[in-house]
Amino acid sequence: MKKVGNHKSISRIITLSLAFVISVSLSSFAQDTAAAPAATAVAAAPAAGGNPVLGKALFNANCAACHKLDSKMTGPALRGVVERHDKAWLHKWIKDSKALIASGDADAVKVFNENNKIAMTAFPQLSDADIDNILAFTSEPKPAAEKIPQAGAEGASKEGGLSNNLILGLLAGILAVLVAMLFMVNNVLNKIAKSNGVEVAEKPKSLPIWKAFARNQFLVLVSVILLMLASAYFIYGYLMQVGVDQNYAPIQPIHYSHKIHAGDNGIECKYCHSSARVSKNAGIPSLNVCMNCHKNISEFQGDKDSTYVDYTKEYYTAEIQKLYDAVGWDKTAQKYTGKQKPVKWVRIHNLPDFVYFNHSQHVSVAGVECQTCHGPVQTFEVMKQFSPLTMGWCVNCHRQTDVKIEGNDYYKKIHEELSKKYGVDKLTAAQMGGLECGKCHY
Amino acid sequence: MSSNKKYWKSVEELNENSSIVETLRNNEFVEEIPTDEFLGDAATLATSSTTRRDFLKYVGFSTAAATLAACEGPVHKSIPYVVQPEEIIPGVADYYATTVADGFDFANILVKTREGRPIKIENNKIAGANFTANARVHASVLSLYDSTRLKTSKIANDKHELAVATWEKANAKIKASVADAKAKGGKVVLLTNTSASPSTDKLIGQFLASNPNAKHVVYDAVSSSEALDAFQMVYGERALADYDFSKANTIVSIGADFLGDWQGGGFDAGYTQGRIPHNGKMSRHFQFEANMTMSGAAADKRVPMTVTGQKLALVKIYNIITGSSVGVSKTDNDDAVTKAAQQLKAAGSKGVLVCGIEDKNAQLLVLAINRVLGSEAFNATNSRQIRKGNNADVKQLLADMKSGAVHTLIMNGVNPVYSLPNGKEFAEALKKVKLSASFTMKEDETASISTVAVAVPHYLESWNDVSIVKGSYAITQPTIRPLFDTVQFQDALLSWTGSTQSYYDYIRTSWVGTKSWNQLVHDGVAVNESISAGAGAGADFNAAAAALAKATPAASGMELILYTKTGLGDGQQANNPWLQEFPDPITRASWDNYVTVSKADAEKLGLENWNVANGGLNGSYATLTVNGVKLEKVPVIIQPGQAKGTAGIALGYGRMASMKEEMQVGVNAYTLYNNFSNVQSVTIAKEGGEHEFACVQLQKTLMGRGDIIKETSLEIFNTKDSKEWNVIPVVSLDHKEVAATTVDLWESFDRTVGHHFNLSIDLNACTGCGACVIACHAENNVPVVGKAEVRRSRDMHWLRIDRYYSSADTFEGDDKTKENISGLVDSLSTLRGMENPSDNPQVAFQPVMCQHCNHAPCETVCPVAATSHSRQGQNHMAYNRCVGTRYCANNCPYKVRRFNWFLYNKNEEFDFHMNDDLGRMVLNPDVNVRSRGVMEKCSMCIQMTQATILTAKKEGRLVKDGEFQTACSNACSSGAMVFGDVNDKESKVAELAEDKRMYHLLEHVGTKPNVFYHVKVRN
Repeated sequence: MKKVGNHKSISRIITLSLAFVISVSLSSFAQDTAAAPAATAVAAAPAAGGNPVLGKALFNANCAACHKLDSKMTGPALRGVVERHDKAWLHKWIKDSKALIASGDADAVKVFNENNKIAMTAFPQLSDADIDNILAFTSEPKPAAEKIPQAGAEGASKEGGLSNNLILGLLAGILAVLVAMLFMVNNVLNKIAKSNGVEVAEKPKSLPIWKAFARNQFLVLVSVILLMLASAYFIYGYLMQVGVDQNYAPIQPIHYSHKIHAGDNGIECKYCHSSARVSKNAGIPSLNVCMNCHKNISEFQGDKDSTYVDYTKEYYTAEIQKLYDAVGWDKTAQKYTGKQKPVKWVRIHNLPDFVYFNHSQHVSVAGVECQTCHGPVQTFEVMKQFSPLTMGWCVNCHRQTDVKIEGNDYYKKIHEELSKKYGVDKLTAAQMGGLECGKCHY
Repeated sequence: MSSNKKYWKSVEELNENSSIVETLRNNEFVEEIPTDEFLGDAATLATSSTTRRDFLKYVGFSTAAATLAACEGPVHKSIPYVVQPEEIIPGVADYYATTVADGFDFANILVKTREGRPIKIENNKIAGANFTANARVHASVLSLYDSTRLKTSKIANDKHELAVATWEKANAKIKASVADAKAKGGKVVLLTNTSASPSTDKLIGQFLASNPNAKHVVYDAVSSSEALDAFQMVYGERALADYDFSKANTIVSIGADFLGDWQGGGFDAGYTQGRIPHNGKMSRHFQFEANMTMSGAAADKRVPMTVTGQKLALVKIYNIITGSSVGVSKTDNDDAVTKAAQQLKAAGSKGVLVCGIEDKNAQLLVLAINRVLGSEAFNATNSRQIRKGNNADVKQLLADMKSGAVHTLIMNGVNPVYSLPNGKEFAEALKKVKLSASFTMKEDETASISTVAVAVPHYLESWNDVSIVKGSYAITQPTIRPLFDTVQFQDALLSWTGSTQSYYDYIRTSWVGTKSWNQLVHDGVAVNESISAGAGAGADFNAAAAALAKATPAASGMELILYTKTGLGDGQQANNPWLQEFPDPITRASWDNYVTVSKADAEKLGLENWNVANGGLNGSYATLTVNGVKLEKVPVIIQPGQAKGTAGIALGYGRMASMKEEMQVGVNAYTLYNNFSNVQSVTIAKEGGEHEFACVQLQKTLMGRGDIIKETSLEIFNTKDSKEWNVIPVVSLDHKEVAATTVDLWESFDRTVGHHFNLSIDLNACTGCGACVIACHAENNVPVVGKAEVRRSRDMHWLRIDRYYSSADTFEGDDKTKENISGLVDSLSTLRGMENPSDNPQVAFQPVMCQHCNHAPCETVCPVAATSHSRQGQNHMAYNRCVGTRYCANNCPYKVRRFNWFLYNKNEEFDFHMNDDLGRMVLNPDVNVRSRGVMEKCSMCIQMTQATILTAKKEGRLVKDGEFQTACSNACSSGAMVFGDVNDKESKVAELAEDKRMYHLLEHVGTKPNVFYHVKVRN
């Protein structure tokens, strides 16, 4: 009688097939392509021969700082301006509005007064054709409101996920075929065995494994030691995390997206955090800095591929409104009301009191990129503490980073002498004395 | 073999019948632990609603809650500006030039502000800004954040209690009263301190012009009226002569503590210039005085004498200098006086005489002597405008008030109820005045009984202009928005004269000068060159001398000299904890005033000082009786150098109104200040009880340890090799004597690369003024610990100024006595004898802070490496690493480490500035506030050196000499402290380090400090 080993393959089969099912289901959404709204550039009747495409470029370059098509900014909304004013008048106005006002033109004075008596910059450099093009652009009808797709969490991995899922799916498929084959072979073998009268060996009764384990004192000892070491390791790890707030991302009073500002719009970090260049504090920008741009940008107009897919346009616009409330800006009247409500941001990077850290030393002198410590902030929709900000982290960087001496006469002599002393070409911050206690603790 | 020795733990055990010993043998505690008492109260226990189980529950829950609360980190809020002011960058300090003028202290200063709040006072070093900040001026920034300030105007209600009111209401009331006075012909009196402000004077003039019934009375709490009278007589102007001691080779001072507060002080910078030997020359300084003062300590020859003796001495000097022959009786010190006079005469125009006797005749003689000498140091042209008080006017005012002639009394910056000898009389007379208005920063003794109290801003919140000396014009500008609802006196004056201008506009429009207004505000000062001395009616000097010569000692009793202490001055800033904790330069006692008596008088009167087991100084109490007025429970300090037959007591203490409880210390000596005379005839009687002083230095003498303070005479300094007067100690190496400086216990680090900071302290230039001590407090957030803790030697000053007396007449004498000791018995008795300072000792000041040893003994004993050394020469202290073993303090040979025995901030037990939100505004954000259980010490202002380095790095250049500063070296106006980088061979400190006079403290210990001293040379 032949004895065949117990395959016990059923469970494995189930596991594998489960994996297959999951992978298939994961990749399934690949077909679920969202209906991207086609950019509906409705070609309207170009007004009096201007080219709206050229006009758009001109508008963005010259007019967008103060005008929007559909809402009032510093200047009035411009869509359909040709319907409101005579074209020749518009030409005159754009080329030199002040002269027109001075000439006592009733329309011109009226427009001037309506817009808080802010004189419009003269554009003598624009040719008549240019102005026609711009006016053509402003005459285009308003596009139908786009609906931003409300995608869930899956949406984020849409692009990168496709190829990976395909490979995984294929692999799962192959595995499934293999499993099926094994199952079939097993079946066939069993049938053959039955037909041949071979009995499948019964499993001999043995001690339950835990009892055998308990009897083996050596094993018990070793595992207890291992257990203790492991728990000590985890406890240590836990304790070392106390007070380390890496990835701390509190909810802020205003949802401020670094991704939109520093990422999509490429605003330089130190435009807002200007004191990082000269002070120990990088500083949270005062609200008047925000208003440098947001005086004109009162609503969100991001592209669809930005992270805003998580939030609606209306949501972002509401956040901008929060800024206006704080700084006391009346959007419609384009005026400061004087009612201010300072924003109470939640501080993310909290160094203990006994640590002295100076941004300007790192930013201006050492030329360290902001991202080195703060991470790829330009990708952060919600700001968080990227680095652990522990002393070990500081010290490591000081050990690895060379002092930036180029063009700095302060370092010239000391670097020359010290590098000779240490026999190196480039000194690290640590060799320069950057590990001394008193440099950061006083 | 068993021993028959009997060991005993206390003397009591030797007494066989002692019951205590028996009890102790059976029971560890002599007194029963009162458990029975507690448990015996069965009734309360039974009725109590808290059972044992409940108690345990509470404990359990609170522990759990505390644990849970600790799991979550605190959430910090950051609130940026809505509109950030252009000049403010968070984290970067701004400096504003301004001027202090509080009626007592005047100085040109820079105010350091961070995020819009002033945190430190520094000297304005721009040309023309000649008045440097003293300790009180440095501390005045804390008085801005005094939580007991008057926060709004108040008007007295029917019950004569002040109730909060608006300024408009208060002003309406004052205006109505002034108008009423005008209608009824009642007197209106403006009683102010010396403002020294041209614009204020102009405004007062306008007010007087529009109210012919009004009068202006200037009142200085500490009067210089007699000197003003004399000056007015000769020069026709109510002012004081200015002195530039740098132009004098021979200085004779008769009772004038010109290094202290005499005539407004501020003479130390000029004085010390002549005190540092240059080319073998330095000035010679004679001091004839009764109290031991800072000037006396600095003098080459100090003669203690009574004020009567001083008057006679002045006449004698007058005779010799002018060749007059005014008859004057002989005294014991005639030789010394004659010698000084002859040298003064020989010096001619290079000599100067100053005098602190509050007597018009004496002050006339001073003017006469200096005029005859043609003294270059004497300057009557650029006269001092900082004292204007008129005693006669004040007396007349009081008489008028009593008679009911005064209808309206408007006071600014004065507190006569406290500072007049007859303050109670003034308070009574105040009731007869229809309306009394007090413009004040505090609801003080006077304001609290006035009809109207108007809150005025601190000078750091005000606009003003000040003319400290004639020909110089300085600006006071606000450095912070008014913290409270305050109104400046000058704005009030403008409103009373019917002007709608603000005071700022007023001074701005009245400024005429070559500098633009913006430049003026930036510089803080402007100098007007073209002025000339006035001429007065003239005076008969011989008659004055003759009158002065009639001075005879009081028949009975002693002379009491009233003086002002460096810490509190006239007492305006009595609620300033920095100043209260500031140890007096001479007695080294803080938190007190006391009567100083000579040893001989103390023995006669049975007065004593003694040290107790915890290291504290105790003393007897005495009752002082002056003119029938008793001042009781005055603590006594036996002062070496105090002239026999005299006693001294400081004004400015004993204030009670609107003061924190801890600050209500001392006795009010103004009650003895009769006739505004600083000398009074007093009888002193011993009183029961003992006073506990908070004295930071118990060892009085140097005990012949010539290596701590090295001192020599100019003659030896000029003629002998430096090895003889700047002895380098020797140690034994391989059984050979070698110089201690050549031996190294450890291998030295190479410190030739980069910066190497050194601090130079010239003992010749240090006057002990203590400006550095307060500057260090402000810069480094040094906590105030209070009287009880100071008494336990737990003061936290990072920088102390040791004061040493000689036991013989000179320190040299001490050295000789010590050298001549032979044998054990002799050494014991001699050394014991040397502990007693001489009757007229030599005095030396030595500022001691962490010496930043290159071979630091503290570093080697720290078990956690919390203190370590940097390449730049600074000894670092990582507070967060410190576990408080205090080994380092024990191993420090200089005893400069300070331990935080308690949490000194936000702690009710230490109710000083760090305990209230307002007081904490003064903290320097660049320096950590230390917690309990942590050692701290001088960091050599590493935050300042690092900031300087960073500035240079940012600008890509080398650090220039003079850029590196510490708080103390920056505050030192006498030039005693110079800080810098010795690796910069061009620097001043490198030059000083090579000087022949240079030595290190305790050189033989081999610690190689980075602080060095210069041998004191006396002429």
